[in-house]
Amino acid sequence: MTQNTQTLADTLQQVLGGAIVRSKQALGEVTIDVAAADYHAAALKLRDAAGLKFDQMIDLCGMDYSTYGGKESHEKRFAVVVHLLSVELNQRVRVRVYAPDDQMPVVDSIVDVWTAANWFEREAFDLFGILFVNHPDLRRILTDYGFVGHPFRKDFPVSGYVEMRYDDEQKRVIYQPVTIEPRENTPRIVREETYGEPAR
Amino acid sequence: MSEIRNYTLNFGPQHPSAHGVLRLVLELDGETVERADPHIGLLHRATEKLAETRTWVQSVPYMDRLDYVSTMCNEHAYCMAIEKMLGIEVPERAQYIRVMFDEVTRLLNHLLWIGCHGLDVGAMTMALYTFRDREDLMDVYESVSGARLHAAYFRPGGVYRDLPDMMPKYEVSPWKDAKRVAELNQNRQGSLLDFLEDFTNRFPAYLDDYHNLLTDNRIWKQRLVGIGVVSPERALNMGLTGAMLRGSGIAWDLRKKQPYEVYDRLDFDIPVGTNGDSYDRYLVRMEEMAQSNRIIKQCIAWLRDNPGPVITSDYKVAPPPRESMKSNMEELIHHFKLFTEGIHVPENDCYAAIEHPKGEFGIYLSSDGANKPYRMKIRAPGFAHLAALEEMSRGHMIADVVTIIGTQDIVFGEVDR
Repeated sequence: MTQNTQTLADTLQQVLGGAIVRSKQALGEVTIDVAAADYHAAALKLRDAAGLKFDQMIDLCGMDYSTYGGKESHEKRFAVVVHLLSVELNQRVRVRVYAPDDQMPVVDSIVDVWTAANWFEREAFDLFGILFVNHPDLRRILTDYGFVGHPFRKDFPVSGYVEMRYDDEQKRVIYQPVTIEPRENTPRIVREETYGEPAR
Repeated sequence: MSEIRNYTLNFGPQHPSAHGVLRLVLELDGETVERADPHIGLLHRATEKLAETRTWVQSVPYMDRLDYVSTMCNEHAYCMAIEKMLGIEVPERAQYIRVMFDEVTRLLNHLLWIGCHGLDVGAMTMALYTFRDREDLMDVYESVSGARLHAAYFRPGGVYRDLPDMMPKYEVSPWKDAKRVAELNQNRQGSLLDFLEDFTNRFPAYLDDYHNLLTDNRIWKQRLVGIGVVSPERALNMGLTGAMLRGSGIAWDLRKKQPYEVYDRLDFDIPVGTNGDSYDRYLVRMEEMAQSNRIIKQCIAWLRDNPGPVITSDYKVAPPPRESMKSNMEELIHHFKLFTEGIHVPENDCYAAIEHPKGEFGIYLSSDGANKPYRMKIRAPGFAHLAALEEMSRGHMIADVVTIIGTQDIVFGEVDR
């Protein structure tokens, strides 16, 4: 893509001003971090302001930064990442908003700005347990009826906690604790800074 | 006088026109839809979570299982995202091969769509004809990757291997005598490109047949015209992409607007609708097939004249040739590290999107520098489209819901992920 990231970053800075906590340009993409308190107002400006005109919300997803970089400590655990597209001006931006409270992540809903956010926010709630204030219908969407927990959190095991099978004696489908043992063939490795450099 | 009440109807999850596993709770007033609540997730496999526990290359086959009727396009978006983060260049020949297969995939997808859409709406014969054409294209898939559906052909840095010089041929069996086999093998004498070119020469006539069967068909028009009308403003706000957006009159196509690979060097047009109803979307997709055919022809012509490498020679990303791996220490180490540990992608965030047959298919990758993604998010076009189902079907008859599901081109592999 050939968008001029500097021009877009300047326009964003001009329109949103203090709402931008951090702005980053990399790989031809612009990322802005917005504080949770300014999030909804910023969304409206992003949609309507001249020079931005982000008329489409392409994607919204939850993030769990609890094991990022293999480190235990982290500033905020949960974030919502939104990808916006302007069909009119042919530009994209990524907006990230961290939920202030790790124990109960709450973020404003932007369904009233872009209708498309409805299901995406339901998905983020389902998979990460992020609550969206003023969402019209915040139900689970992808997981099973009666599912417990939020499966995409980093502390949720890949194999889950319960499995379902048909029980021949009871003649019905039952849930039981998982019987598979988790196994990892390729360990996750973050290489040290000096990897590949000649030893001194 | 008896009391009139709304009633609730469960549509699916095992209904043939629900295109898989859609459970739709419809609230009806007589035969008119008051509310439609799709229940999805019956095919949820947590692909994104699984990708976090696999190395970067190991997730490529998972991409096939998202939208399982346009597999190579899914791989394409994923590979493009990784390439963007690694900052590597894909050889030109690989780019042409990718574009060619993207368009073959678009034909496969749209042929299945028109077949099933016809079947849903009552045009039985469509499915029989389109599956005949799909057979040839799946043979193309098979000859290049060994699989008819789940190809796993694209790799970060290029494609798995070059196009084969010969097509597999039919053999005489108790069910096919020598005469029939000779007939079937007639267009399989040359290379893959010869076979595909033969198909692209035949395809416009097929497309004309479909137009004859449907475009002016009275029943077809009665079922489609004016059904599921979306205004351009609502289409944007609801996040519709691809043919769903173009049907509403917005000329937006990533292949033209944000060109990737070699699309800026190819000659093709973007069809746009005017009314935003199901019939316009039908016409848009039909024309897209004609344009795909054009693109494939241009790619074939280029690929015939320009041999070259099809995968990057950066051995930190793609494995070295087997021969040099056996004779060279450094290549052996590269090979070993690649297949035990995998590639390392520098810490960054990245979003890569392609014009998938269904709309904008995007991959958002977040890497913390490890040999596995920290988080992968799949932006599936069908997810946003299905969310718009309620608004599109409100006030319509129950039979029109089937038309709307058909016109949205829903595949549950990508909606549920």
